[in-house]
Amino acid sequence: MRSDRGQSAPLGLKIAAACGLLFLHLPILLIFVYAFTTEEKSFVWPPPGLTTQWFAVTWNRPDVWEALSLSIRVAAISTAIALVLGTLCAAAVSQTRFFGRETISLLVILPIALPGIITGIALRSAFALADIPFSFWTIVLGHATFCVVVVYNNAVARFRRTSGSMIEASMDLGADGFQTFRHIVLPNIATALLAGGMLAFALSFDEVIVTTFTAGQQQTVPIWMLEELIRPRQRPVTNVVAMVVVLVTLLPILFAYYLTRDGDQIAGSGK
Amino acid sequence: MSLDAAMPRATAPAILPGSGGLRGALSDLFWRRPKLLLFLMLLPPVLWLGIVYIGSLFALLAQSFFSIDEFSGLINREFTLKTYGDLFQAANLDIIMRTVTMAALVTLASAIVAFPIAYYAARYARGRWKALFYLGVMLPLWSSYLVKIYAWKLILAKEGILTWLLAKLNLLWLLDAWLSLPIVGGNSLSVSFTGTFIVFVYVWLPFMILPVQAALERVPGNLVEASSDLGASPGQTFRNVLFPLALPGIVAGSIFTFSLTLGDYIIPQIIGTSRLFIGQAVYSQQGTAGNIPLAAAFTVVPIVIMGFYLWGAKRMGAFDAL
Repeated sequence: MRSDRGQSAPLGLKIAAACGLLFLHLPILLIFVYAFTTEEKSFVWPPPGLTTQWFAVTWNRPDVWEALSLSIRVAAISTAIALVLGTLCAAAVSQTRFFGRETISLLVILPIALPGIITGIALRSAFALADIPFSFWTIVLGHATFCVVVVYNNAVARFRRTSGSMIEASMDLGADGFQTFRHIVLPNIATALLAGGMLAFALSFDEVIVTTFTAGQQQTVPIWMLEELIRPRQRPVTNVVAMVVVLVTLLPILFAYYLTRDGDQIAGSGK
Repeated sequence: MSLDAAMPRATAPAILPGSGGLRGALSDLFWRRPKLLLFLMLLPPVLWLGIVYIGSLFALLAQSFFSIDEFSGLINREFTLKTYGDLFQAANLDIIMRTVTMAALVTLASAIVAFPIAYYAARYARGRWKALFYLGVMLPLWSSYLVKIYAWKLILAKEGILTWLLAKLNLLWLLDAWLSLPIVGGNSLSVSFTGTFIVFVYVWLPFMILPVQAALERVPGNLVEASSDLGASPGQTFRNVLFPLALPGIVAGSIFTFSLTLGDYIIPQIIGTSRLFIGQAVYSQQGTAGNIPLAAAFTVVPIVIMGFYLWGAKRMGAFDAL
């Protein structure tokens, strides 16, 4: 029993923590204001006026829609691949002890532990050596590789909490391996997989560093934004897209948090 | 009793009949030979990561031992250490030093900003507040990386909100004085190293908060109380009790902040000066310059630095705090 319950924090600590949280959140809130500004050419503050016309302009931009569609397709397929590979790996690592187990977990974590640029350039030079042209699938190849770890983390945490005796009981009652998986294992890990899948989707949807090396001429949403950041063409459209991207990534995160909130706080421990 | 009452309602047989055919045979096989099942489960992920990822890494590493012909611009596929020698040219050493210094400063600043948040969340926040703190760190962590950088471009721009705020507070002279300094200054914050530094700290801060909080959660509150009972001032308690116990968490967080700063090339490109960081050097060497061997040799630098860093971190017990 900890004796510090109910005790209140020193004022200095409260202020420092509050400032830190404000520092983390105010910049993102600012995006929402800029999406409505009437100013076209500069980032002037305060906004000279507020308008919703840029939403209509953005809606009618085919390049934005193409980028969005590509991003969603890449994220969906990468997530599907990561779900299969991550679950298999997590099941193997958590249910059995074998030689090289540590190496396997290291192998899974490595693509996000090393800077993204290394993953990116490594893939690109491998494509060049093997004469693979850039395509939709080269993007997926890169994304799936670093999405595995998110699914893996969530699934491993859940497997650890799932009692092995339930599987044994199922087997004792005559279920074969596939039935046990379908009726016992899957319902137990389903929400963890859903959470991992959502995070993997968000991760892939947002990825830019590896994508710049594996995309060739195609534009995902982050690549489109990067172009706009380096060579701004129409700032108000960028503002609106930025706001939409914030909303699109927030929803899966909140939902993933809701799914894993009791117990495993592993959901985002490694991005 | 309760079992008897439950019996009539159980319509399905308690024990499933064995399923025959191929599926049953496979299931029996896996039961008898768990190693085979393990092998089959590991095969797809290991093949994928081994071939796609490790294979590419080795392809990259191999290319760092090639060299480029300076006249024809063609890549000479023979083993040489010449490309690594090029890394030690003054200009390239400058890039490496600049990046490592930035990574160290960013790590230090993140640790300082992260500590109060992590400590409050670990020791004082309870129930709903705890969840709020958790989400308060997770949401910025998972928000779009580019949008975060874009937000700072809006903030740091000459006509942006920061200048406006400082003007309202009559502090513009302070900003001007800071910008007129050598190295850290520049035309405006969005084209200075100060701007790059702020954005790096902002973007990687959640990666520091989470492990520090995890480490602090494990410090029993009565340790802190015992320390003050024995007459230590809050400062002494922090130095002698809290900080040593939080250190593995800080080191774990610094792995992320350090490694991510070493490899990033987008932040300094969008908010910063024209002087390069390692990531930008890699990007321009492989892109416009077409010098893949030198780009590959450059990527070896963060790998080696991180290798030593991880080795040191492991000795400090940082991995238990992850």
